[in-house]
Amino acid sequence: MSLDYDTLTFIWFVLLGVLLCGYAILDGFDLGVGMLHPFLARNDTERRLVMNSIGPLWDGNEVWLVTFGGALFAAFPVAYATVFSSFYTAFFLLLTCLIGRAVSLEFRSKVHSARWRSVWDVGFFLSSTTAALLLGVAAGNILQGMELGPKYRYFGSLSSQLGWFPLLVGLLTVSLFAMHGAIYLYLKTDGTLQQRVRRAFVPLFLTFASLYLIVSVATWIRAPHSLDNLVRHPWLWIVPILNLLAVLNVPRAMHLGRPGYAFFSSSMVILALGSLFSTAMFPYLMRSTFDSAYGITLQNARSSEGTLGTMLIIAAIGFPCVLSYTIAIYWVFRGKVKLDSSSY
Amino acid sequence: MDVEILSRLQFAGTIMFHYLFPPLSIGLGLQLFLCELMAFRKGDLAWEAAARFWTRIFAVNFGMGVASGIVMEFEFGTNWAAYSRFVGDVFGSALAAEGIFAFFLESGFLAILVFGWDRVGPRTHLISTLMVFLGSVFSAVWIVVANSWQQTPAGYRIVWHDVQGEMMPRAEVTDFWAMVFNPSSVDRLSHTVIGALVLGAFFVTSVSSYYLLGGRHQEVARRCLSIALPSALLFSLLAAATGHASAQKLVHTQPAKLAAMEAHFETTDEPTGLYLFGWPDAEAKTVRFGVRIPKLLSLLVWNDPNRPVPGLDRIPPNERPPIWLPFQTFHLMVAMGTLMIGVAGLALFMRLRGGLERRRWLLKLLIPMPLAAMIANQAGWITAEVGRQPWIVYPSVQQGVEMMGLRTSDGLSESVTAEQVLGSIILFAIIYALLFAVWLFVLDRKLRHGPETPEELREHKRRIARSGIGGLLADQGSVRGGMLEERN
Ligand code: HDD
Ligand code: HEM
Ligand code: HEM
Repeated sequence: MSLDYDTLTFIWFVLLGVLLCGYAILDGFDLGVGMLHPFLARNDTERRLVMNSIGPLWDGNEVWLVTFGGALFAAFPVAYATVFSSFYTAFFLLLTCLIGRAVSLEFRSKVHSARWRSVWDVGFFLSSTTAALLLGVAAGNILQGMELGPKYRYFGSLSSQLGWFPLLVGLLTVSLFAMHGAIYLYLKTDGTLQQRVRRAFVPLFLTFASLYLIVSVATWIRAPHSLDNLVRHPWLWIVPILNLLAVLNVPRAMHLGRPGYAFFSSSMVILALGSLFSTAMFPYLMRSTFDSAYGITLQNARSSEGTLGTMLIIAAIGFPCVLSYTIAIYWVFRGKVKLDSSSY
Repeated sequence: MDVEILSRLQFAGTIMFHYLFPPLSIGLGLQLFLCELMAFRKGDLAWEAAARFWTRIFAVNFGMGVASGIVMEFEFGTNWAAYSRFVGDVFGSALAAEGIFAFFLESGFLAILVFGWDRVGPRTHLISTLMVFLGSVFSAVWIVVANSWQQTPAGYRIVWHDVQGEMMPRAEVTDFWAMVFNPSSVDRLSHTVIGALVLGAFFVTSVSSYYLLGGRHQEVARRCLSIALPSALLFSLLAAATGHASAQKLVHTQPAKLAAMEAHFETTDEPTGLYLFGWPDAEAKTVRFGVRIPKLLSLLVWNDPNRPVPGLDRIPPNERPPIWLPFQTFHLMVAMGTLMIGVAGLALFMRLRGGLERRRWLLKLLIPMPLAAMIANQAGWITAEVGRQPWIVYPSVQQGVEMMGLRTSDGLSESVTAEQVLGSIILFAIIYALLFAVWLFVLDRKLRHGPETPEELREHKRRIARSGIGGLLADQGSVRGGMLEERN
């Protein structure tokens, strides 16, 4: 293949965006389901229904994050090293949450005891919510820039990462995933549980929509550099416009009684937010608030041309396989989850 | 304590915790597949009951493997940032390939393996089981390739980059396949995967013996034993053979590691002996309480009893690894390997003569054997990794040009403080201890409950046929296939 170095670099920037959006769309709904289940499921049967709706899928969803990590390591090793060591404490908290989720799902049903189950239920709720919050906080920090000094040294700490802006982005993420998860649950359930999900949808959407507006304004104040690319290339305004349309389409589709379409729209909201984020960052992977020269860019973070090329071949072989069996598995587990009254 | 010691402790602790689960996932995966294959070919419900039972054990173990593996994926970035920048070009591609080729395969088909027993046809299910097993082997392939590259780097060059005025080196791939097939990867990969298969075989043997001793689930236990016992012997023999091949390479690629494993301090003109056991004292350069067989090391390493093996005196003092730990763990691994060959050989012999089940002491002896396999797996990694010190990436010679290595102390994250690392160690120690306890508890319950009887399975199938897939998750009969479904 004869792609030049800069084209390869850009392709990898886009592919990483795809992996991250894939993760947010897929794990987004199961994180959302985790946040909602204590409020929507009233008894043990309903909780099992809710958990079984994501049972076969969450592990595959999380692999998108793992692969994102590996691909970032391979394509932009400097960014992998600097981002994860800068977010040291926050990241270990995130890992704790991911572990917590995995084992809550795994172990909950293993023992017939109300106390045992409620412990894992609480764990599942807390870890899902905190994970979403932390992911959003990280995105907020990356967007506003971080205390990055010369030679990739980071001078901040967990407390400096918890500013008002990152926290707002964190809340936005929580509300987005909760809404996304609610639509998924609506698709997978029926009867009274489904009606309860339907009633929850409106407040969830309104919360999300107001946070969406607030964060838009806040980004303009707190991270004005995010607009640079839009100013330079006005055709990129298509991204925020599509974003807004996707947001508005979610309640419309729910109102029309087409939840599948609503789920598609909320997935598009995530995709559009991801694209907006990439547009705001490009060509940086991490900005420095000290001096833009200390920032991590595609150019200074990328790996060698040979590696980017080899990786592209690996991705070209791997992605079609991944997509085909991901689709196959969602197809095998399509339809409503069911447990009947004889379940216990 | 400083960041270096703490980060090393943290990495060692988290990877060793992770490595409690993968070998069982890989090894049990094969046993499970074989049971299902027998069920498929013979249409025998006892085989199917066995396959369904091992699936449940497998699922619990796999969940722990996933939970602890996610930590590993990011730990290079959090704790070893300088190392990650140095090796990213090489190491990252192996890790990314692992995600794309292995983890998606495993986690995708796992859903069908665990939740699909009554949803897809037997052929599809069998193929899914095979895919999960292959996925777990592929992930071992890529991760061991990456690790072997650290031990015996190849197919790369060192390029210096200007970072804000200071020149920093990094390894860049020049030949992808030479990187993948570096001098130690094939030997170490086969040895690692076989080590996992040993554990799986002994695990199934152990549980089956436990049921036979208690007079329970005999139909299933006998069938499982008929596969697991021969494979336990076969794989333990192969472990010794592949381990021997690894050791023979070491004298060329990592003589310091080999000398440490054998506490071989001084090079002499005499043939070199082999310690069966002992207590190396690096200060005094001797092995206390050692029992030594003359000429054996020379024979094993060179296939020539009279050719001396180079000792630690040939290695510059600041490039010598610790000695006591690699010596002991290596000997422990070999001891466990020998023990397993002996026990599996004896049990198989008795079984072929038809007297295994009468010899209760032998059944009892088989029960703790998975522990021996687990110890050998862990001990092997400690030997390999501690023997690699003080290098995190070994120096090497590529086409006549000397390439620098990277010292472990130069691989750390610059921005991370000792308090942060200590905090995360404490956090994870608590979480892992809790998880481990819960895992043991759940595993114990599952093993006590055991597989369903073929009759129960027949009844379950009848019910599914009657009520269809819709009532599937609702089924509260004796057979419960899913991770999240109601189970005892
Ligand atoms: C010899 C095999 C082997 C070795 C040396 C390692 N692993 Fe592992 N890993 C596996 C074999 C495995 C597996 C068999 O594929 C797992 C374990 C059990 C399982 O359920 O999948 C797995 C799971 C697993 C996962 C979760 C995958 C998922 O979500 O499905 C990650 C991210 C890692 N591992 C990463 C690592 C890293 C970064 C390692 C090195 C430091 C490492 N593993 C050592
Ligand atoms: C691809 C897989 C692996 C990689 C890349 C890897 C890499 C590393 C790194 C970076 C360190 C820290 C620096 C050091 O102290 O050497 C380390 C240490 C260590 N690793 Fe591994 N490792 C891998 C697999 C394993 C496995 C599976 C085990 C076994 C359970 C293991 C056991 C250890 C131990 C015991 C140490 C501590 C050695 C010491 O600090 O003296 N490693 N390894
Ligand atoms: C009985 C004779 C055995 C010999 C001579 C032997 C030899 C070795 C050697 C020399 C190494 C270090 C390789 C290197 O760092 O390059 C090693 C590593 C290892 N061994 Fe063994 N071994 C034996 C048995 C076993 C058994 C029975 C198991 C597990 C059930 C096992 C599991 C491992 C593992 C997991 C490693 C680390 C991975 C690696 O470096 O290959 N070994 N072994």
